[in-house]
Amino acid sequence: MRYANMNLVVSLLVILTVFHTNPAWPQSNHDSMNMQDDSMNMQDASMNMQGGSAPDDARDPNAYSDGYTLTQGPYAQTGPRQLKLADEKAFWAVLGDRLEYNTGSKSTVYDLSGWYGTTYDRFVVKAEGDIADGRLEESQTDLLWGHAVSAFFDTQLGVRFDQYDEGKNRQWLALGMQGLAPYWFELDVTAYLGSSGRTALTFEAEYELLFTQKLILQPRVELNLNGKNDPENGVGQGLSDISAGMRLRYEFTRQFAPYLGVEWSGTYGDTADYRRAAGEQAKDTQFVAGLRFWF
Amino acid sequence: MTQWFPRPTQISRRRFVQGLATGGVLAATPAWLQASILGTTALGSAPELSGREINLVIAETPVNFTGASRVATTINGSIPAPTLRLREGDEVTIRVTNRLTVSTSIHWHGIILPYQMDGVPGISYKGIAPGETFTYRFTLHQSGTYWYHSHTAFQEMTGMYGALIIEPKESERHRTDRDYVVELSDWTDDDPMHAFKKLKVQSDVYNFNQPTFPDFARDVSKMGLQAALEKRQMWNRMRMNPTDLADLSAATFTFLMNGTTPAGNWTGVFSPGERVRLRFINAASNSFYDVRIPGMKLTVIQADGQNVEPVTVDEFRFGPGETYDVLIQPEDDAYTIFAQSMDRSGYARGTLAVQQGLSAPVPAPDPVEWLTMADMMGSMDHGSMEPGGMDHSSMNHEGMQQGSMDHSSMNDTAISDAGMDHSKMSDGNAMDHSQHAMQKSPLAVPSQSVNHARTEYGPSVDMRVDMPRTNLDDPGIGLRNNGRRVLTLADLKSADGVLNDSRPPVKELELHLTGNMERYSWSFDGLEFGKSTPVSLGHNDRVRIILQNDTMMTHPMHLHGMWSDLETDQGELLVRRHTIAVQPAQRISFLTTPHDVGRWAWHCHLLFHLDAGMFREVVVS
Repeated sequence: MRYANMNLVVSLLVILTVFHTNPAWPQSNHDSMNMQDDSMNMQDASMNMQGGSAPDDARDPNAYSDGYTLTQGPYAQTGPRQLKLADEKAFWAVLGDRLEYNTGSKSTVYDLSGWYGTTYDRFVVKAEGDIADGRLEESQTDLLWGHAVSAFFDTQLGVRFDQYDEGKNRQWLALGMQGLAPYWFELDVTAYLGSSGRTALTFEAEYELLFTQKLILQPRVELNLNGKNDPENGVGQGLSDISAGMRLRYEFTRQFAPYLGVEWSGTYGDTADYRRAAGEQAKDTQFVAGLRFWF
Repeated sequence: MTQWFPRPTQISRRRFVQGLATGGVLAATPAWLQASILGTTALGSAPELSGREINLVIAETPVNFTGASRVATTINGSIPAPTLRLREGDEVTIRVTNRLTVSTSIHWHGIILPYQMDGVPGISYKGIAPGETFTYRFTLHQSGTYWYHSHTAFQEMTGMYGALIIEPKESERHRTDRDYVVELSDWTDDDPMHAFKKLKVQSDVYNFNQPTFPDFARDVSKMGLQAALEKRQMWNRMRMNPTDLADLSAATFTFLMNGTTPAGNWTGVFSPGERVRLRFINAASNSFYDVRIPGMKLTVIQADGQNVEPVTVDEFRFGPGETYDVLIQPEDDAYTIFAQSMDRSGYARGTLAVQQGLSAPVPAPDPVEWLTMADMMGSMDHGSMEPGGMDHSSMNHEGMQQGSMDHSSMNDTAISDAGMDHSKMSDGNAMDHSQHAMQKSPLAVPSQSVNHARTEYGPSVDMRVDMPRTNLDDPGIGLRNNGRRVLTLADLKSADGVLNDSRPPVKELELHLTGNMERYSWSFDGLEFGKSTPVSLGHNDRVRIILQNDTMMTHPMHLHGMWSDLETDQGELLVRRHTIAVQPAQRISFLTTPHDVGRWAWHCHLLFHLDAGMFREVVVS
């Protein structure tokens, strides 16, 4: 069982590494010849419109330059290049996906992220935690370098710090993929490698369903897997927990949206045992009220 | 300026969209700035400057279009900037003084002149530093309607644009009794770079016409579950939004006509029976406009300042940078000039009337139409489909059940090659194309084979078109089959003597317009400006440039310093332009002859696309 989970995590690391070197996802190379249906034909044609890797005879984008550059060649302005557009500018953002009060546990959950950088390379911070009775009970903070590898996906490489009010803090190396999958699923998958051979994997997916231009339902699921038991922190090996939520928000502005929601969470295996041993329930459903924002 | 909290005193929606009736530049223009104001009685019209010497002063001026006071960058204190009325053949001296705290510039849009006078900082010159005066001096070798604007950062978007009219040396081709500039623009109370940053974080932040679940439910009840799913499948799988018609909308813009809000109702006065010339200039930062005057036919006589064979239409679409001159002969008391934005989120509006204070009914904006498969994939009878084997009716029912795409528009796009009447295209000269191709050089006809750049296969590009459409007779999304006669590129034929270079091209260049909406990045060939190298052209060479649009937005492409002579896909010259709007999944070609050496800018005139990187340098040597 333990090795099966290790294999899973290792496989994921391998897959992510492949993505990193071959930014060709989703790569599609279907053969349309046998398809009879026109709509299938069109859909198939559209499969080649995204991703893929350049054929050997692809056009050289610098073929028309005669060797000149923006700063060298006839009539170039003297001195360093003066004209710089937004493609060379760094931007930043703070995104509060969830900042909510959990009515059952009477705790506040935050799930914030932020980035600074250009279109293709960004410093990314992800912070998640629970605050109860004015104390930060536990938190996870990822510091990552995000690098665009395909039109819709970034790889993320960095470290994660886990903090436990009652438990043992952990540090991890992180390697993940974040982006927008076909059919508009926001995905975030990260594999972690900790000390003493600890491994972990998190998977998050979000979707948005627009009832109106401002009233939006957001289903969300999160899975956590661990390679080893961590009794000090109440985390068991294997699939440790799943949570699934539905949040209905109203966007007063695109950047300011209060929401109400319901969050179901379940723990499994040894994690569930640790919970029960601590007198807590293994599965739980709670109502949440919160705020989604960005700036 | 960050407005992520709801403002405590929300400006009412109506006032935001309609604007203030009395809005505009608050500070009166100091008399000493105005060389010679001819003055009109019309509201909101810019002052007019003429002669061989012009002085312009750039400064910050308070404005209030929406009820909120903001600071604009203005030329001689007005929005629009003064209309410059110059004469063909004159050498003009224009002194531009910068009273801002940052560098500025002025570009003379569409004017053929030495590159040092073109006004693009970092390419033509260093720009105009604070406190400095730059003297532009050049000779006008052309006539018609043009405009001028800042080419620095987003200064154009905050007020720096004005009309530039060059009267012909000879008499005008068309006699007119009145002459009005109708300059369309867009205004945001937000800081433009902040608006840009929002798009960088969430690229559909200003789109309030997105597909919803109730739309889906309606489609299911109307067309059944399977058809409703099919209608959405490709969009959803490709992560493309079928209502991505404009990056910025009335959610942040107030649309202006001659610097006047819709509520302000700019009005031009005429006497019944007069022939009135309207010089339409799209000086907007990021908005395509669909312009019509209900109850009136528009006779288009110029495009981008160049005479065309008159063509009478009900409506035309134009993007930032383009100009159209139309003739009208109004008889009634009042008409509305209605310019709805391409995304239908709002409109600019004004009135033509026999006296001030009158108005005519203002139409509602047309419904939002989803982009079609032709807008995403181009022509679908090339390539993988067997030639001649496509049954359009079955295509319509099985593959194209897209709701917004009806059969006739399908015909327009998909069978252009087969269905084109070649004798009509060549003005009565029946032409056999196989013969044609044999007699002339291999470059007689623009290449049809698609060559994507290798840099189109990376994170900067979210789609590539393998089967582009090459027809020019598509009015574009939202205007197809709307019951009105809408101008298309195929309608425009330069008048005699305009296209003065009939040499075949010596070489052919193919570039693709590319982007990634999700990352909000725009480029040529997947390379943003900072990563690009210049396009090198030989002095006085005749060159063909093919532009293929691998995005789902329309891009008004403006090439500085030389004309863009648009041709058909059969290599027949149509019309001389300085800005050509390339539709989604369209492949167009034009010939150019760079008569002036130097470095020139070439870019999408949607200002945010320009700044995101859809910008190239051209070296002529």
